[in-house]
Amino acid sequence: MSEETILKVLNATKTFGGVTALSRVSFEVRQGEVLGIIGPNGSGKTTLINCITGFIKMSEGEVMYKGKKISGKSAHKIADMGITRTFQIMRPYYTLPAYKNLIIPLFAPRAKRTGGWRGGGKLGDRDTVSVDILEEIGFERDSFVPYKIASTLPTGYLKRLELARCLALKPEIILCDEVFSGLSMSEIASMVPLIERLQMDGITIVMIEHRLRELFQVANRVMVLNFGVKLVEGTPEEVMADEKVKEAYFGSQEVEEVMNYA
Amino acid sequence: MVNTEQFRRERLDRGIKIRTDGLYALMSWRELSYLTLPRLILIVGMLLLPLIVPGMYWQKVVTILCIYALLAISFDFLAHYVGLVSLGGAFFIGAGGYLAAILNSTYGFPPILTIPIATLVGAAVCTLLLLPCLPLRGVYFAIVTLMYPLVLARIIEALDILGGTDGIVGVDSFANRWVEQYAVIAMVLLALFGIRRLVNLDIGLVFRAVMDNDQAVRASGMNISYYKAIAVFIGSALGCLGGACLVHIYMWCGISLFALDFSILPIAATVIGGSGTLVGPVLGCLILVPISELLREFGTLRIVFYSLILMGFIVFRSEGLMVYGERKYHQFQRWVKV
Repeated sequence: MSEETILKVLNATKTFGGVTALSRVSFEVRQGEVLGIIGPNGSGKTTLINCITGFIKMSEGEVMYKGKKISGKSAHKIADMGITRTFQIMRPYYTLPAYKNLIIPLFAPRAKRTGGWRGGGKLGDRDTVSVDILEEIGFERDSFVPYKIASTLPTGYLKRLELARCLALKPEIILCDEVFSGLSMSEIASMVPLIERLQMDGITIVMIEHRLRELFQVANRVMVLNFGVKLVEGTPEEVMADEKVKEAYFGSQEVEEVMNYA
Repeated sequence: MVNTEQFRRERLDRGIKIRTDGLYALMSWRELSYLTLPRLILIVGMLLLPLIVPGMYWQKVVTILCIYALLAISFDFLAHYVGLVSLGGAFFIGAGGYLAAILNSTYGFPPILTIPIATLVGAAVCTLLLLPCLPLRGVYFAIVTLMYPLVLARIIEALDILGGTDGIVGVDSFANRWVEQYAVIAMVLLALFGIRRLVNLDIGLVFRAVMDNDQAVRASGMNISYYKAIAVFIGSALGCLGGACLVHIYMWCGISLFALDFSILPIAATVIGGSGTLVGPVLGCLILVPISELLREFGTLRIVFYSLILMGFIVFRSEGLMVYGERKYHQFQRWVKV
């Protein structure tokens, strides 16, 4: 992890009609770190990701990626630059087998350019590369799982498939929108090392998460949003000690637990 | 009847499929023929069709049937592999038809040139005109594609251009009726197997992904409008090909090329044959077009019987003949003692 800034968000503001979903949120993401974004429901976390990745247009503010302005560009161009995302509500291609789901990102211009994952893509057979990626992310290679139609897969695998689809593009940054939600404790336990390994591979990760305990295991820094406003930013310990955060999460059992844990 | 207290029906998949659909382990000629025979029956059957039908009238029906089959394949491809429900059959036929007729009657190009040119240029024109509504999905896209043929027919009528209501007469015909029939049959077979190959290629998977989940495709760094445009080009090329052939068959081109039949019948054929199977729509045309001809004897009651038959198919085989047939074909069925 270096101190170099890879992604910079300046005064991000988004209003839907009269509702302000995001109000002047500014933060930086450093190269190679895991940044957690937490906050109560409706605090604008997903909107923030949608704004960064260009899926919705910001009302005000700008996003800089490696010193270049990317806000205002269309979603596919931003993804093409290496900023990929997962969706909170999983969006697999339901009619295709799991491994064929990865053919689509491997067919994308970025994957062709970067040679896909670990040297495949451009020259290698996409089917083989996609099974490799799936194995990497926790699909059992010799089982039937990678070959099953995506609509028949359980949630745990679909969450992994979301991540796999990002990895196929050889991303610089992955924005994870609640990858732990809806998973059992053991499934989460097996996802945590995966996130750590991605970080070791040099990928910068921004995670939106409600499962604070697991997030704090992997996050280097945490940012708290509430009602579209940034409350605090810092190490997990600093953030949890903050009065404003306690107020936002007032009465939440989990914060108490996490604080005791920390 | 079998006593269901002592016996139950067991359904088993045939043991030649491994891992995924479309991947087979074939161990004998028998298993090989099991896969190739249905395809051979279709190909040989289509090729024999002009020889076995009685008389020239029915041979004409076969050629028209093939035009409809092209449109039905185009509809099935766009609707069930790209997610664009297109009612633009008439639009494609009209665009291809008028282009071929103009090239032939004004510039004197022979059919061998007009058909490919009209196919490509017509598809380009259709794609350009549909470009603004590509972000639309489902029924909204359908409405816009339905609008184009109506509008174009009225424009030609009102401005009296391109022959106006009289149309363009004196278009060259094919060399003879055998060339005509085998040309369109070959095109249907090529289109059918070509599109089937296409949807399983990597780019075909992208089309299917756009249908399943266009946002996820955007998140993979791909421009969905670009891929939709390619798909519309392919789909409309099939329609324009049909239209270009049609004017050379009729030796005439007029605003009846924009008739709604060309939009509606392919959909009915797809519903009957089984959506998303590509072969199904062809099968549907093989059933619907001859039935429609046979019912001519009933005069004005024709449409009533036609509707009844359609309704029967939809109520009793709503999944489509081909889907039903495929399922039965791939499974053993036997009674076992409980």
